[in-house]
Amino acid sequence: MNTEERLATALARIPYAAFLGVRAELKGDELTLVMPFADHLIGNPVLPALHGGVVGALMELTALTQLAIASKSDAFPKTIDVGFDYLRSGRPRDTFARARVVKIGRRIANVQAEAWQSERGALIAAMHGHFLLADDAVEPA
Amino acid sequence: MSSDPPSGYETGDDVFTRIRAMMQWTPQGRALGMDLISLADGKVRGRIPYSPQIVGDPDTGVIAGGVITTFLDQLCGMAVVLAMKPPGPVATIDLRIDYMRAAEPGRDILAEAHCYKIGRNVAFVRAVAFEDAPDSAVAHATATFMVNPAAVKRPGANLREKKR
Repeated sequence: MNTEERLATALARIPYAAFLGVRAELKGDELTLVMPFADHLIGNPVLPALHGGVVGALMELTALTQLAIASKSDAFPKTIDVGFDYLRSGRPRDTFARARVVKIGRRIANVQAEAWQSERGALIAAMHGHFLLADDAVEPA
Repeated sequence: MSSDPPSGYETGDDVFTRIRAMMQWTPQGRALGMDLISLADGKVRGRIPYSPQIVGDPDTGVIAGGVITTFLDQLCGMAVVLAMKPPGPVATIDLRIDYMRAAEPGRDILAEAHCYKIGRNVAFVRAVAFEDAPDSAVAHATATFMVNPAAVKRPGANLREKKR
Protein backbone atom coordinates (compact mmCIF):
# COMPACT_ATOMS: atom_id res chain seq x y z
CA MET A 1 0.00 0.00 0.00
CA ASN A 2 1.27 3.48 -0.76
CA THR A 3 1.02 6.27 1.79
CA GLU A 4 -2.23 7.66 0.39
CA GLU A 5 -3.97 4.29 0.54
CA ARG A 6 -2.58 3.68 4.01
CA LEU A 7 -3.96 7.04 5.15
CA ALA A 8 -7.33 6.57 3.55
CA THR A 9 -7.57 3.17 5.25
CA ALA A 10 -6.45 4.55 8.61
CA LEU A 11 -8.92 7.46 8.44
CA ALA A 12 -11.75 5.23 7.26
CA ARG A 13 -11.25 3.10 10.36
CA ILE A 14 -11.89 6.07 12.67
CA PRO A 15 -15.64 6.32 13.33
CA TYR A 16 -15.33 9.95 14.49
CA ALA A 17 -13.70 10.96 11.16
CA ALA A 18 -16.79 9.55 9.42
CA PHE A 19 -19.02 11.39 11.92
CA LEU A 20 -17.35 14.65 10.84
CA GLY A 21 -17.34 13.57 7.16
CA VAL A 22 -13.57 14.19 6.86
CA ARG A 23 -11.53 12.94 3.89
CA ALA A 24 -7.80 13.14 3.12
CA GLU A 25 -5.98 14.56 0.11
CA LEU A 26 -2.27 13.90 -0.14
CA LYS A 27 0.07 15.91 -2.40
CA GLY A 28 3.59 14.52 -2.06
CA ASP A 29 4.08 14.25 1.69
CA GLU A 30 1.72 17.14 2.44
CA LEU A 31 -1.70 16.23 3.67
CA THR A 32 -4.87 18.31 3.46
CA LEU A 33 -7.94 17.16 5.35
CA VAL A 34 -11.22 18.32 3.86
CA MET A 35 -14.37 18.63 5.96
CA PRO A 36 -17.31 19.21 3.60
CA PHE A 37 -20.06 21.34 5.11
CA ALA A 38 -22.89 19.46 6.82
CA ASP A 39 -25.74 20.77 8.97
CA HIS A 40 -24.77 18.80 12.07
CA LEU A 41 -21.40 20.64 12.22
CA ILE A 42 -23.15 23.93 13.05
CA GLY A 43 -22.63 25.46 16.48
CA ASN A 44 -24.58 28.67 15.95
CA PRO A 45 -27.68 28.36 13.74
CA VAL A 46 -28.35 32.13 13.75
CA LEU A 47 -25.05 33.34 12.21
CA PRO A 48 -24.75 30.49 11.03
CA ALA A 49 -21.30 29.30 12.11
CA LEU A 50 -19.50 25.98 12.49
CA HIS A 51 -19.01 24.73 16.04
CA GLY A 52 -15.52 25.76 17.19
CA GLY A 53 -15.09 22.27 18.58
CA VAL A 54 -15.39 20.58 15.18
CA VAL A 55 -12.90 23.02 13.64
CA GLY A 56 -10.55 22.13 16.50
CA ALA A 57 -11.25 18.43 15.98
CA LEU A 58 -10.44 18.75 12.26
CA MET A 59 -7.06 20.36 13.03
CA GLU A 60 -6.24 17.73 15.66
CA LEU A 61 -7.09 14.90 13.21
CA THR A 62 -4.87 16.58 10.60
CA ALA A 63 -2.01 16.86 13.09
CA LEU A 64 -2.35 13.20 14.13
CA THR A 65 -2.45 11.99 10.52
CA GLN A 66 0.43 14.19 9.31
CA LEU A 67 2.45 12.99 12.28
CA ALA A 68 1.69 9.34 11.45
CA ILE A 69 3.10 10.04 7.95
CA ALA A 70 6.17 11.87 9.27
CA SER A 71 7.01 9.20 11.85
CA LYS A 72 6.32 6.38 9.37
CA SER A 73 3.97 4.77 11.86
CA ASP A 74 0.80 2.79 11.24
CA ALA A 75 -0.56 3.74 14.64
CA PHE A 76 -1.82 7.19 15.57
CA PRO A 77 0.06 9.15 18.25
CA LYS A 78 -1.68 10.17 21.49
CA THR A 79 -2.57 13.77 22.25
CA ILE A 80 -0.79 15.26 25.26
CA ASP A 81 -2.03 18.82 24.90
CA VAL A 82 -3.62 21.03 22.27
CA GLY A 83 -4.17 24.79 22.10
CA PHE A 84 -6.67 26.31 19.71
CA ASP A 85 -6.74 29.94 18.59
CA TYR A 86 -10.04 31.01 17.05
CA LEU A 87 -9.58 33.76 14.46
CA ARG A 88 -12.85 33.99 12.50
CA SER A 89 -16.16 32.22 12.70
CA GLY A 90 -16.40 29.22 10.40
CA ARG A 91 -19.00 29.80 7.69
CA PRO A 92 -21.34 27.04 6.49
CA ARG A 93 -19.01 25.84 3.73
CA ASP A 94 -16.17 23.34 3.22
CA THR A 95 -13.23 23.63 5.61
CA PHE A 96 -9.63 22.60 4.99
CA ALA A 97 -6.75 21.92 7.36
CA ARG A 98 -3.04 21.28 7.08
CA ALA A 99 -0.48 20.48 9.74
CA ARG A 100 3.27 20.99 10.03
CA VAL A 101 5.38 18.73 12.17
CA VAL A 102 7.76 21.16 13.87
CA LYS A 103 9.82 18.54 15.66
CA ILE A 104 9.78 14.81 16.24
CA GLY A 105 11.80 13.78 19.26
CA ARG A 106 12.30 10.34 20.76
CA ARG A 107 8.97 10.30 22.52
CA ILE A 108 7.20 13.59 21.86
CA ALA A 109 6.37 15.56 18.73
CA ASN A 110 5.45 19.22 18.36
CA VAL A 111 2.88 19.97 15.64
CA GLN A 112 1.14 23.10 14.35
CA ALA A 113 -2.04 23.12 12.28
CA GLU A 114 -4.18 25.66 10.44
CA ALA A 115 -7.76 25.70 9.19
CA TRP A 116 -9.25 27.85 6.44
CA GLN A 117 -12.23 28.01 4.07
CA SER A 118 -12.43 30.04 0.87
CA GLU A 119 -9.07 31.81 1.27
CA ARG A 120 -5.89 29.99 2.23
CA GLY A 121 -4.53 33.22 3.75
CA ALA A 122 -7.60 33.95 5.86
CA LEU A 123 -7.29 31.34 8.60
CA ILE A 124 -10.37 30.63 10.67
CA ALA A 125 -8.36 28.86 13.39
CA ALA A 126 -4.90 27.63 14.33
CA MET A 127 -3.66 24.88 16.62
CA HIS A 128 -0.43 23.84 18.27
CA GLY A 129 -0.01 20.66 20.22
CA HIS A 130 2.23 18.00 21.70
CA PHE A 131 1.76 14.33 20.91
CA LEU A 132 3.13 11.13 22.40
CA LEU A 133 4.55 9.05 19.58
CA ALA A 134 3.41 5.51 18.85
CA ASP A 135 5.88 2.77 19.83
CA ASP A 136 6.78 1.95 16.21
CA ALA A 137 7.46 5.60 15.30
CA VAL A 138 10.75 6.35 13.58
CA GLU A 139 12.77 9.35 14.73
CA PRO A 140 14.13 11.16 11.65
CA ALA A 141 17.93 11.22 11.35
CA MET B 1 -18.16 27.96 20.43
CA SER B 2 -20.12 31.05 19.61
CA SER B 3 -23.69 31.44 20.59
CA ASP B 4 -26.68 33.69 20.76
CA PRO B 5 -29.49 33.03 23.16
CA PRO B 6 -32.30 31.00 21.60
CA SER B 7 -35.64 32.72 21.22
CA GLY B 8 -37.64 32.75 24.42
CA TYR B 9 -34.46 33.26 26.41
CA GLU B 10 -35.82 36.42 28.03
CA THR B 11 -38.99 34.75 29.21
CA GLY B 12 -39.51 33.49 32.72
CA ASP B 13 -37.86 30.06 32.31
CA ASP B 14 -35.54 29.12 35.14
CA VAL B 15 -31.78 29.36 34.53
CA PHE B 16 -31.27 25.59 34.28
CA THR B 17 -33.90 25.27 31.55
CA ARG B 18 -32.40 28.19 29.62
CA ILE B 19 -28.81 26.96 29.72
CA ARG B 20 -29.97 23.46 28.79
CA ALA B 21 -31.95 24.86 25.85
CA MET B 22 -28.84 26.76 24.68
CA MET B 23 -26.71 23.59 24.76
CA GLN B 24 -29.23 21.63 22.75
CA TRP B 25 -29.86 24.58 20.42
CA THR B 26 -26.60 23.87 18.58
CA PRO B 27 -26.95 21.13 15.92
CA GLN B 28 -23.48 19.79 16.85
CA GLY B 29 -24.50 19.63 20.52
CA ARG B 30 -27.58 17.64 19.54
CA ALA B 31 -25.57 15.37 17.21
CA LEU B 32 -23.31 14.47 20.14
CA GLY B 33 -26.24 14.11 22.56
CA MET B 34 -24.83 16.77 24.90
CA ASP B 35 -26.90 17.40 28.00
CA LEU B 36 -26.84 19.60 31.08
CA ILE B 37 -26.72 17.84 34.48
CA SER B 38 -26.53 20.62 37.03
CA LEU B 39 -25.69 24.23 37.83
CA ALA B 40 -24.17 24.97 41.22
CA ASP B 41 -21.98 27.80 42.55
CA GLY B 42 -21.34 29.11 39.03
CA LYS B 43 -20.24 25.66 37.86
CA VAL B 44 -21.90 24.08 34.85
CA ARG B 45 -21.89 20.28 34.73
CA GLY B 46 -22.79 18.34 31.57
CA ARG B 47 -22.63 14.94 29.90
CA ILE B 48 -21.84 13.37 26.55
CA PRO B 49 -23.12 9.81 26.21
CA TYR B 50 -20.69 7.19 24.92
CA SER B 51 -21.51 6.16 21.37
CA PRO B 52 -19.68 4.03 18.76
CA GLN B 53 -19.83 6.87 16.19
CA ILE B 54 -17.58 9.19 18.26
CA VAL B 55 -14.78 6.66 18.74
CA GLY B 56 -11.33 7.94 17.75
CA ASP B 57 -9.34 4.73 18.25
CA PRO B 58 -11.11 1.71 16.73
CA ASP B 59 -8.66 -0.69 18.40
CA THR B 60 -9.49 0.39 21.94
CA GLY B 61 -12.89 2.10 21.61
CA VAL B 62 -11.58 5.30 23.21
CA ILE B 63 -13.56 8.35 22.07
CA ALA B 64 -11.86 10.96 19.88
CA GLY B 65 -10.11 13.97 21.39
CA GLY B 66 -12.21 16.14 19.08
CA VAL B 67 -15.35 15.16 20.97
CA ILE B 68 -13.80 16.28 24.26
CA THR B 69 -12.72 19.53 22.54
CA THR B 70 -16.25 20.24 21.32
CA PHE B 71 -17.81 19.30 24.65
CA LEU B 72 -15.41 21.44 26.72
CA ASP B 73 -15.72 24.40 24.32
CA GLN B 74 -19.51 24.24 24.57
CA LEU B 75 -19.57 23.79 28.35
CA CYS B 76 -17.04 26.61 28.92
CA GLY B 77 -19.25 28.86 26.77
CA MET B 78 -22.25 27.92 28.91
CA ALA B 79 -20.30 28.79 32.08
CA VAL B 80 -19.64 32.28 30.63
CA VAL B 81 -23.31 32.73 29.74
CA LEU B 82 -24.20 31.71 33.30
CA ALA B 83 -21.81 34.36 34.66
CA MET B 84 -23.12 37.16 32.39
CA LYS B 85 -25.59 39.69 33.70
CA PRO B 86 -27.59 39.87 31.50
CA PRO B 87 -26.75 36.77 29.42
CA GLY B 88 -25.63 37.39 25.83
CA PRO B 89 -23.63 35.92 22.98
CA VAL B 90 -20.06 34.67 23.53
CA ALA B 91 -17.25 33.52 21.20
CA THR B 92 -14.18 31.40 21.95
CA ILE B 93 -10.84 33.24 21.65
CA ASP B 94 -8.58 30.48 22.89
CA LEU B 95 -9.03 26.96 24.21
CA ARG B 96 -6.26 24.81 25.66
CA ILE B 97 -6.72 21.17 26.65
CA ASP B 98 -4.30 18.98 28.60
CA TYR B 99 -4.94 15.23 28.50
CA MET B 100 -4.15 13.37 31.73
CA ARG B 101 -5.17 9.99 30.30
CA ALA B 102 -7.42 8.29 27.74
CA ALA B 103 -11.14 8.23 28.45
CA GLU B 104 -12.48 4.84 29.55
CA PRO B 105 -14.12 3.06 26.58
CA GLY B 106 -17.87 2.53 26.87
CA ARG B 107 -18.44 5.21 29.49
CA ASP B 108 -20.15 8.60 29.33
CA ILE B 109 -17.94 11.65 29.69
CA LEU B 110 -18.91 14.28 32.23
CA ALA B 111 -17.39 17.73 32.53
CA GLU B 112 -17.60 20.73 34.79
CA ALA B 113 -16.79 24.31 33.73
CA HIS B 114 -16.39 27.41 35.87
CA CYS B 115 -16.09 31.00 34.71
CA TYR B 116 -13.81 32.43 37.42
CA LYS B 117 -13.44 35.94 35.99
CA ILE B 118 -15.61 37.97 33.69
CA GLY B 119 -14.81 41.46 32.44
CA ARG B 120 -16.53 43.81 30.03
CA ASN B 121 -14.88 42.17 26.99
CA VAL B 122 -13.27 38.92 28.05
CA ALA B 123 -14.18 35.99 30.29
CA PHE B 124 -11.82 33.34 31.73
CA VAL B 125 -12.90 29.75 32.22
CA ARG B 126 -11.49 26.50 33.61
CA ALA B 127 -12.98 23.08 32.96
CA VAL B 128 -12.32 19.44 33.74
CA ALA B 129 -13.57 16.26 32.00
CA PHE B 130 -13.97 12.93 33.85
CA GLU B 131 -16.11 9.79 34.15
CA ASP B 132 -16.71 9.69 37.91
CA ALA B 133 -15.25 12.67 39.73
CA PRO B 134 -13.27 15.81 38.82
CA ASP B 135 -10.28 14.63 40.88
CA SER B 136 -9.67 11.72 38.48
CA ALA B 137 -9.64 13.80 35.33
CA VAL B 138 -9.38 12.75 31.70
CA ALA B 139 -8.58 16.32 30.68
CA HIS B 140 -8.22 19.82 32.03
CA ALA B 141 -9.04 22.90 29.95
CA THR B 142 -8.55 26.63 30.18
CA ALA B 143 -10.33 29.00 27.83
CA THR B 144 -10.91 32.66 27.14
CA PHE B 145 -14.05 34.04 25.55
CA MET B 146 -15.16 37.30 23.96
CA VAL B 147 -18.22 38.56 25.77
CA ASN B 148 -20.88 40.04 23.46
CA PRO B 149 -18.56 39.73 20.41
CA ALA B 150 -20.88 41.69 18.11
CA ALA B 151 -21.53 44.49 20.60
CA VAL B 152 -20.64 48.08 19.87
CA LYS B 153 -17.14 48.83 21.20
CA ARG B 154 -17.38 52.22 22.89
CA PRO B 155 -20.13 53.67 25.02
CA GLY B 156 -22.03 56.23 22.94
CA ALA B 157 -20.90 54.75 19.62
CA ASN B 158 -24.51 53.90 18.94
CA LEU B 159 -25.34 57.62 19.13
CA ARG B 160 -22.86 58.66 16.43
CA GLU B 161 -24.14 58.96 12.89
CA LYS B 162 -23.38 56.07 10.59
CA LYS B 163 -20.91 56.86 7.79
CA ARG B 164 -22.61 56.82 4.41
